[in-house]
Amino acid sequence: MVFTDVAVVGAGPAGLSAAIECAEAGANVILIDENTKPGGQLFKQIHKFFGSREHHAGVRGFRIGEELLLRARKLDIDVWLNCEVCGIYGGTELWIVKNRRESRRLKARKIILATGATENAVAFSGWTLPGVMGAGAAQTMINLHRVIPGNRVVMIGSGNVGVIVSYQLLQAGADVIAVVEAAPRLGGYGVHTAKLRRAGVPFFTSHTVLEARGKESVESVVIVRLDEYWKPVAGTEKELEADTVCIAAGLTPLIELAMLAGCEICFIPSLGGHVPVHDRRMRTSIESIYVAGDIAGVEEASTAMEEGRLSGIHASASLGLYSADKEEELSHQIWERLDVLRSGPFGEGRRKAKEKIISMKSMTQ
Amino acid sequence: MSRIAEHPILGPLKPSGREVSILVDGEEVIAYEGEMIAAALMASGRRVFRYTEKRREPRGLYCAIGRCTDCVMIVNGIPNVRTCVTPVEPGMIIETQRGIGRWGGGDHGIH
Repeated sequence: MVFTDVAVVGAGPAGLSAAIECAEAGANVILIDENTKPGGQLFKQIHKFFGSREHHAGVRGFRIGEELLLRARKLDIDVWLNCEVCGIYGGTELWIVKNRRESRRLKARKIILATGATENAVAFSGWTLPGVMGAGAAQTMINLHRVIPGNRVVMIGSGNVGVIVSYQLLQAGADVIAVVEAAPRLGGYGVHTAKLRRAGVPFFTSHTVLEARGKESVESVVIVRLDEYWKPVAGTEKELEADTVCIAAGLTPLIELAMLAGCEICFIPSLGGHVPVHDRRMRTSIESIYVAGDIAGVEEASTAMEEGRLSGIHASASLGLYSADKEEELSHQIWERLDVLRSGPFGEGRRKAKEKIISMKSMTQ
Repeated sequence: MSRIAEHPILGPLKPSGREVSILVDGEEVIAYEGEMIAAALMASGRRVFRYTEKRREPRGLYCAIGRCTDCVMIVNGIPNVRTCVTPVEPGMIIETQRGIGRWGGGDHGIH
């Protein structure tokens, strides 16, 4: 059994930020990740981030990742890679499998869960054929592994992930032959959508993919127009020559560990579905367990980093590493930034949804 | 399904390691040591990684981050290895998996 002050599960933007805050406060931290490298999904984000200077506006995601790793290294944070957290007991103990064969136990005074989210699927005829994949999967292939997963791509979904990955597929040298959006309007930020428009990528609103055809892998894709009730309109089918379908239909928080621990869960569709109830300190219904990033509601990497910092500050304060005044001061600064990130036509809904979760927590206390 | 040699943002390709040879269904494939098996296979034009147990349907890469298990193959005799999160080692023997995979018995179960 290994003992530590804080165990952080997941070394993506939220987990890295949380671990850095804890280490800066003077806590012993162990940062755990199942992958061979830390950084989560940050290193495949090659576009520039939005927000103000404090939010790393204008900086590409992978550069932010490099910066976080450098800070973690300077603080000498203990990072356990190739470690899958398979169990969580009594709110303070983790059972970890290292390298898929070695069992380890870790006891922490505080646990921060920053496990992220997973991509949603859309089922249509032929969706299991090789060549149909998550948009994030295609992004991983092109930006991390430097391999084009297909030459002619149909993108399902025009939200930010859909349009950003479509543009990155073009940058990688693939053709995006259609962006298909079931809603009557496009969903992503104008900046990203406009780049695709300028590149001549056709958008199909009120359309969906009916079928992916092919024997061993995708050879063509049938799209169809949807009526005002989102039902396919017979006779409007179009068969497109394509070898790849990417699905950008949102994300679902990875809450398994929070559920296993017995954290209270609520259902907030606009944040991705089931999320652990948490307060303004990112603390769940179990006093020793905090959440940060997409597990606490799917947002963006910029909000994930702020939530990570928030959870780190409060976990450290609960260990007596900050006075109540200092805790309040640091927390206030982060909440000001979170409020800015959660403003505007896209952010406002997320801000309200987060407030709803926080109000649930105060009711249960 | 090819490598991105030059990228407008990321610059020239920086391989994860030296060029090594692996065997895929008996055929030699050149890969980079340390890159994910799935990446090496897709770079060589391979998309079908396994066939399902009941209907023998083809499956390939789906999530690319180790969540969905659609890309599992037999690696060095061990079935159900997630190729998208397993790095290439020199001389690896990789086979298309048919069905749920058979264990060799003995100590293989601990892998």
